[in-house]
Amino acid sequence: MIAIVDYGVGNLFSLTSSLRAIGADVTVTGQAEVLRQAEKLILPGVGAFGDAADLLRRSGLGQIVVEEAEKGKPLLGICLGMQLLFDRSFEYGEHPGLGLIPGDVVSMAPVVPAGYKVPHIGWNALHFPASRPKSRLFQYVEEGQCVYFVHSYYADRCAPYVTATAEYGPELTAAAERGNVYGVQFHPEKSGDVGLAILRAFCEMEDAT
Amino acid sequence: MITKRIIPCLDVKDGRVVKGVNFLGLHDVSSPVSLAKYYSDSGADELVFYDITASAEGRALFTDILVEVASTIFIPLTVGGGINTVEDFDRVLKCGADKVSVNSGAIRDPSLIAAAAKKYGDQCVVLSVDAKRVAGQYRVFAKGGREDTGLDAIEWIKRGVQSGAGEIVLNSIDTDGVKGGFDLDMLAAVCDAVQVPVIASGGAGGIDDFVRLFQALPKVDAGLAASIFHFGEVSIPNLKQALHAQGINVRL
Repeated sequence: MIAIVDYGVGNLFSLTSSLRAIGADVTVTGQAEVLRQAEKLILPGVGAFGDAADLLRRSGLGQIVVEEAEKGKPLLGICLGMQLLFDRSFEYGEHPGLGLIPGDVVSMAPVVPAGYKVPHIGWNALHFPASRPKSRLFQYVEEGQCVYFVHSYYADRCAPYVTATAEYGPELTAAAERGNVYGVQFHPEKSGDVGLAILRAFCEMEDAT
Repeated sequence: MITKRIIPCLDVKDGRVVKGVNFLGLHDVSSPVSLAKYYSDSGADELVFYDITASAEGRALFTDILVEVASTIFIPLTVGGGINTVEDFDRVLKCGADKVSVNSGAIRDPSLIAAAAKKYGDQCVVLSVDAKRVAGQYRVFAKGGREDTGLDAIEWIKRGVQSGAGEIVLNSIDTDGVKGGFDLDMLAAVCDAVQVPVIASGGAGGIDDFVRLFQALPKVDAGLAASIFHFGEVSIPNLKQALHAQGINVRL
């Protein structure tokens, strides 16, 4: 069973529906015990980093996600949920993240060229770095296929962990991973068949705990 | 590089798609779910569902079909029509909409944009504007283009973006239905005024109109149309191939 961590942010309708559409056994929960029993975890999120990080901390769910991930349970962070996997974010101040992947979340505004709109909204092509084997998460995805992004901040100073980028002026981190911890900046649940293929690859990963 | 978006718009009344639709091989041409799937499979980048129902019963049917569409189609969905309060945002977002488009509701109560943006984020709030040339000015029209509000469209759009609208749909009443191309002058004026994505609507008669749109105005992010897609005059795969051949970046 895959558990979507419900810590009170965001609309989980599409994510749940998309996982059901590929035949996954999925539950949305804020209960610690269910998260511990699940074979895989998905950390969703929209909104501001600071608010979401506070909710994760106050509810104690952030700690459980970290413990389960450290045991080897596959974890997928999506959009803000991906950003929360990193050490810290500089969105409206400085906020600590879960520290599962080394790196910082910073604004794209200073790095994108003039004329590029922020937020980065729309379908953009995935590029897989030639320096490393393609992530298993993207085993059903080809170089250059498009996924749907909506974000103003991106993960930086995390080069060794970057598994996909998207060009928006510079190449911005589109996905990162460290061991069994995966993060995607885009919305696989809104990225048509390519997105479903990414979710399917995650669903097929083994629970190493 | 980010791609230009092609967006079909479906008008829904009492749970059915209206404005005759004519597709080969589609059994139920007025089923929002069948049509949404058809468009999604043909490469539409996003879908807009516009609720033109007037009754409470029709509104309930609309949210029912929205749930069904959002459980079947996994591309961004925008919902408009009858959005007057933050509760209306809540109602459609819970049913699987990703963005909510406001038009007359924001004209009646401009604080709606800021209230919704604060609660759901700028990316969720689309300001849809029907505009027409009146006395040398682009004027905002309400009630489906029937009522001159006296508002200057450029000022209204700037104000909307300052309040938190994350995207603009500009529908030119002057070119709508004429099929002579998008209103490039009006779109250029809006693109110069704001930094958020601008979606062009009104006037597309064929593939060339989309090519001209994106070539003339690189700042325009998307083209929206209804009848030319519904009647099969333009197929999305052909349109995207043509744009690609002209060096315009699209999702193929």
